[in-house]
This record gives sequence, structure tokens and C-alpha cells, in this order.
Amino acid sequence: MSVIGKTVDAAPVGAREYLTFRLDQEEYGIDILKVQEIRGYEPPTRIANAPDFIKGVVNLRGTIVPIVDMRIKFNCAQADYNNFTVVIILNLRQRVVGIVVDSVSDVMELTPESIRSAPDIESTIDNSCILGLGSVGERMLILLDIEKLMSSVDMGLVTAGD
Amino acid sequence: MAETYQEGSGAGADFDLSQFYQIFFEEAGENLDQMEQMLLDLDLSDADDEELNGIFRCAHSIKGGSATFGFSDVAELTHQMESLLDRLRRHELQPIPQMVDVLLESADASRSLLARHQAGGQGEAVSTTSLVQRISELAAGQVPDDAPALAAPPPTAPAPVAVAPKAMAVPGAASLTRQLEIQIGPLDRPDQADAIKELFRDIPGLGAIRDLTSSQSNVRVFGVETTSTNDDLLDLFAFHVSKDQVVIRDAGGVVGDASQAALDDDALLAVDASGVDAPYGFFDEAPGAPHVNASPAVPQAAVLAPKVVAPKAAEPKAAMQAQMESTTIRVDVKKVDQLINLVGELVITQAMLAQNSRGLDAGAYQQLLAGLADLDRNTRDLQESVMSIRMIPMSIVFSRFPRMLRDLANKLGKKVDLVTLGEATELDKGLVEKITDPLTHLVRNSCDHGVEMPAERLAKGKPEHGTITLSASHQGGSIVIEVRDDGKGLSREKILSKAQERGLDVSEQMSDAEVWQLIFAPGFSTADEVTDVSGRGVGMDVVKRNIAALNGSVEIDSAEGYGMKVSVRLPLTLAIMDGMSVGVGEEVYILPLSSVVESFQVNGEDVSTVAQGSQLVKVRDEYMPVIALEKIFQVPRFDLNKSSNIMVVVEADGSRVALLVDELLGQHQVVVKNLESNYRKVPNVSGATILGDGTVALILDTGGLVRRARH
Repeated sequence: MSVIGKTVDAAPVGAREYLTFRLDQEEYGIDILKVQEIRGYEPPTRIANAPDFIKGVVNLRGTIVPIVDMRIKFNCAQADYNNFTVVIILNLRQRVVGIVVDSVSDVMELTPESIRSAPDIESTIDNSCILGLGSVGERMLILLDIEKLMSSVDMGLVTAGD
Repeated sequence: MAETYQEGSGAGADFDLSQFYQIFFEEAGENLDQMEQMLLDLDLSDADDEELNGIFRCAHSIKGGSATFGFSDVAELTHQMESLLDRLRRHELQPIPQMVDVLLESADASRSLLARHQAGGQGEAVSTTSLVQRISELAAGQVPDDAPALAAPPPTAPAPVAVAPKAMAVPGAASLTRQLEIQIGPLDRPDQADAIKELFRDIPGLGAIRDLTSSQSNVRVFGVETTSTNDDLLDLFAFHVSKDQVVIRDAGGVVGDASQAALDDDALLAVDASGVDAPYGFFDEAPGAPHVNASPAVPQAAVLAPKVVAPKAAEPKAAMQAQMESTTIRVDVKKVDQLINLVGELVITQAMLAQNSRGLDAGAYQQLLAGLADLDRNTRDLQESVMSIRMIPMSIVFSRFPRMLRDLANKLGKKVDLVTLGEATELDKGLVEKITDPLTHLVRNSCDHGVEMPAERLAKGKPEHGTITLSASHQGGSIVIEVRDDGKGLSREKILSKAQERGLDVSEQMSDAEVWQLIFAPGFSTADEVTDVSGRGVGMDVVKRNIAALNGSVEIDSAEGYGMKVSVRLPLTLAIMDGMSVGVGEEVYILPLSSVVESFQVNGEDVSTVAQGSQLVKVRDEYMPVIALEKIFQVPRFDLNKSSNIMVVVEADGSRVALLVDELLGQHQVVVKNLESNYRKVPNVSGATILGDGTVALILDTGGLVRRARH
């Protein structure tokens, strides 16, 4: 995965880097510090009675890692698995989780000024998991609080009350 | 399983403690280091309670250990330190620099005494007399003059003289009836304290107890008249309340001058003191028992005593550190885990290479294949040794019980034999540490409430000696530890009526197993008269909670009049397990080999259904429920014409079920991985493992499957 040049040369105060990825037509950004690595998709071992967006578990160098398909979770029209399907391995509070996305675009640096708060909109995900909307030129990034999203009960990754 | 260890309770059976010496020395060394550090960090003007408690705990654990192992000189010294620290942490004294000095010196002295014991008693013993005296003076509240270290030790007084009066006072102190004020609290439920009153009722000779008024509603205060030592009382109370909640104060009984205050009516000291001064003490058989009299005590005292800590300590300290050498290292568990993971990876890579090389021509690739065979062997050896780092045998846990049980049985006037089985069963170190306390509780319960008094046993036609059996074994991917006794068992009716009284939802139709579960209800036992029911409930909720925290489960089996069995089932958080892989559709599942009984090809006529469509299969005159893994795990079928026709009979919790699978793939050792560290608990699955091709396979929870079939 090539990391395309940063938008600004000198990092302004308070700027943070976000890894951006694509789900269908939408572009999302997550805190790069939560990302452990990016891998290709390999068929996971299915887990019975899990929600359909949990594809199963894979072996990541000896660690059993659950794989969540964000495209199914976010109701994308298509969720194909091919050679270009990407899995982002996240490291969230001692937990390792993989998410399946259509593609990874680049790493961007966003200053707090370039982030607007998200309007209240009806969506499949809890609004509190959206940090805001980042605008970079013509592009709009949906910045996710991926840690909060992944630890929410309806993701089914943690036992309720955990 | 093969090893059986038997110990009579009455006879003073010899028990070899030396196997634990090394552990003790290491721990004591660590405690000393920690204590030293904390003493140095201590802010005298504003001493933190937590710090003082921490220092106290260090001294306390060294004292406990050294007393157990018969290193009475160390125990004596640390006991003195403890008395001083105890007064400090209770804010009865203000910490002053002299205290820190003397404590640091004592720590050094303990270290050198321990080093001497570790070396098998070789080298000269350090005399602790002057230290002991200085500590007791400080503990009594006497602040020494400007030059405390010089003034305190009587340079010419030989060791025995200084301590002798104490040793003399001992027999008196031990049998002395003392007036104590015992404060218990804060309590969640005031009735917890009632159980303590019952202790006095139930244990003959313990003493008398009466209520005193308390200023706080969640704190109970009792006036107690007893001959027991504070430690004994605390141990007894620990059945019901945590030790931190108990404050024991002298109420008029034995309070006095310096030596008396330091003596603090503790019988342990009595033993220690006599051990130091007179070689005919209790522990003179113990290795490394001090022979203060024989060694040139006086010059030693002169060396130790003078002047300030720093310059003096330098030289002897270097010498003793050289002596206190460790033959083991302590490593962060995380590092070991990482090593285990890496080796796991290596094993998988090796398996992959082995698989890929199978088709090669043996003649043309002879060297490569030989190399791979070596790699195979080396990886397995490596894996085994790496795994063994974390595994320790259950004997480490079991071996503490003979002594404990003997003391308890003597105290209660009962006769109990202990039988231990399966001591070689290995368990993850982390688990061993956490299971010790719940097990101790269970064993004490069995002795206290299960086994009847000898006369009662004889009247019932049982042998006079009760038997408590401790066993450990691997069962179906778990470790099962059982505590069994042949005592009076649980009474179904009494528990039911008790539960009804408490407003629990019970009915006569409940199965025995469900009734026994009632005693795990929080506070169930602490209500009145439960000791008459059985007393089994004492702290059982705590036991259950602790075990549940380890992802384990507790089961009770009991027959009134014949005894009771508590089985603690623990998962293998980390272990290699023998597994049998089975194929269902395109998927692979692992069954713990230990729970597999047999497998067979099924004939249509052997399977019958009952009302709700659940299937039963007849295996040699026995009907057992059939579980189709395909259905439970919703395995997708690509080849719709194919159907499963192989059954694997598995046994768990004493019941059997037949699992319907497509094929048997093979047997191999699997490394059990926790599924919950990154995901959640999955029903009917106890963990996961990584197969030779790098994919993940789920390990079935046979216990869960059997329970599923039952309901």
C-alpha cells in the first residue's frame, strides 16, 4: 500500500493523521494510530450464529482476530471479495480486530479547523461514533471514532456488559 | 494420577518442605528489595497509609514464610519489624528516621540470615539481638538518644540474656486469657458479623464473645475473651470477612512495658523466641536452624550495631548478595506469552513445510527431507519446553493442605485424613495462583462442616477418621479439581426450607443439583442456623465468584450422610491439548480427545426420534442424544446430496452425547487459543486453535454440548 504525500508539509499544531478508506462511494477516515497493519483478505473461519457482518476469525501470526465486514455493516450494495479487498487490522484497547473495506486511499493530516461537526442524520451507525466531517478540497471524509464503534454492543464483538 | 499421597492427621507426619525453599528465598528476596525501596521512598512527615501497609505486608510475608520453614531467627526479626510497622500503620506511632534506619538494618540482617539458610547454614550467623531490642524500644514508643545505634545495643550482653525473659514469659502468654476488643467492618450486611459469633459457639475453647455498642451502623464491635492468638483469630474470621475488615485491640488484658508490647501476645513469637535462644526449640530439626549460642554472637553484634547505616552496611551487604544467588529467573509473563506465540508460529510454518514436501521424491531431495525431519523434531522439542515454562504441577498447591488440615482438624477436635490424587497434573501458573484461595476455602469447609466429630462418625458406623480427597485431572479440555469428603453431606430439605425463608424462588421439584446450587447464593450461609443446615454455604458465593472469574465452573454432588464432592472445572487458558479434528461440510472442528469415547458409522435403524424430533441413538443398549454439528453451527452445505453418517461419542460431566459429523480427520496436538481476548464468548466453543495450514479451527466445548442436550 503506497502512502500518498501529505497535504501539508509542516505539521500544524493539533493536526492528526487519518487513514482514509472507501466503502462503496463513501470515504471514511480513522485515526492512523489505531491501525496496526493492512492486509489482503483471506477467508476467515466462520463462527456460527454470529451477525452476518462478522465474517469469522483469522490467524494473524498466532493471534485469533475477528474480521468485520464494514460494507455489510454499513449496508453497502456490494460486498465482493477479490484480490483487491483490503483488511485493516486495528489495535483498540488491547484488542485486535480486522475490518474489511473496499479500498484504502491514503493517509491525510487534518487540522481541527478543517473538521466540521456532523449534522444529525439518520444512518445505520450511531451518530456518536462519527467524530465529524473532514473536508479536503472537494472530498468529504467521514471521520469515525473507530474504537467506540467497534466496542459498541451492536457490533457483537464484545459480550454485553464487558 | 498415579501418585497418591497420604497423610495422617493425628501423627506428626514428616513433610518435606525443602522443595519450596527456593521459591521462598526468591520471594523473600523480592520482598526485602521491595521493602527497602519503600522504606527509602517513605516520606516521614506525611507517610502514606498505602506505603506503610505495603511495607508491613512485605515484613509479614517474610515472617510467615520463614516461620513455616523453620527459619526462626528470620521470623523473630521480621516479627519485631512487623510489630513496629503495625503500630506505624495504625498511627499509634509517628515514623521517625531512627525507625527507618533500624528497619533497613533489619532488612539487611534478614537478607544475610536468609542467605545463610540458603547456603545450608554455612557461614557465620549475624546476631539480631541488638536489632530486636532497638526495634522493640521503638515500637514501645521510646525514642532513643542522639546516637541511637550506639546507645541501644548492650555491647557486652550476650544474646541469650537479652531475650531470655521473653522466652520465659511465653508459656504464660500462650495460656493467658486475654480481653480483646474486636472491631469488624465496614460490612455490607451487618449479619456477616453474626457468623463470627457463631464461630465462638461452634468451636469449643475458643472463648467468649459479647456485643459492644458501635458508633457506626456498618461496623460491629465485640468484646472477646480468648486464649487464642490474634493470628489464629484472624484466620478463623477469614471464613466470613476479609482480614482488612478486622481490627483487634487489647482491652485491658496484657498491655505493658516495652518488651510486653512488642511481644503483643503472639504465640508465634513465643515459638520463634525459644527457637533462637535455645536450640531445643520446635524447629531445631529444621535445616539451617540457628545456633546462636554456638556461634560467636558477641563480636557479631559489635560489628552490626555501631553507627549509622550507610557506611557500615556496605561491606557485609556485598558479601551477602554474593551468597544469595538465585538459580532461577523471574520473567514477565508477557514475554513468555510472546515466546509461546512465536513458537506457535514456528510450529505452523514447520507443518506447512512438512505438508508441501510430502510429494517430493525422497531420492532426489534426500538432504532437504532429512533437514525437514530434523526441523520437525526440533520444533516439537522447542514447543514442549517453551510451553512447560508456564506449567507447574498441582502438587505445588496440594502440598500446602496436609499441614493446614492437620492444624484445623486438631483445633476442631476432628480426625481427618487427606488423600491427594493427580498431583502431577500440570496447570498454568496463572491459574494455580488464583485457584489456591478458593481451594483452601473448600478444604476448610469440608473439614469444618463436612466431616463429623469422631464420636458422631463412629455412631453412624463410619470410620473414626474422615477422609478428604483432593484430586486433579484433565477432562475434556478442562482441568477438574475435586474436593471430596465422606462427611455428613448436604441436607436437601434444610437447604430448601432455608431458601424459602429467605424468599428465594424454590420448589420441591427442583433437582438435587439445582438445590445444591442454592448455597452459592450470596449471603445464604450467613443467616442464622445455617451451620446446622450444613454450613457449606460459608463464603461459597465468594468461591464461586473467584472461580467464575477464571472462566471456570463449580459443581456440587452430595448425598446426605455420605459426603459431598465439589468439582471445580477450569478451562485451559493456555495449554497444549490432544485434539481430534472432525470435518463438517467444508469446516473443521476440534474435539478434545480426552472427552472422545468412541466413534462409529451410523446405521439408519439405530437412530430414533422422540416427540419433539430430537434424535436418540442406540449404542450397545444405551440410548444417547444425537447432536448434529451441522445444525448447531449452521454449516452451509454445498453438496446437498451428502449427509453426515459418522458419530463421535463424547463424554462430559458424566453424560454422553453422540455428535453427528461428516468425517474424522485425525488426531493432533493443538495449541489452545483464547477466542475471547479479541472476540466474545461463543456458545459451544471453548477456544480456537491454528491448524497446519494456518487457518483457524474452533475447539468444541463438550461440556456445553452435553448440557445443551440435557435441556
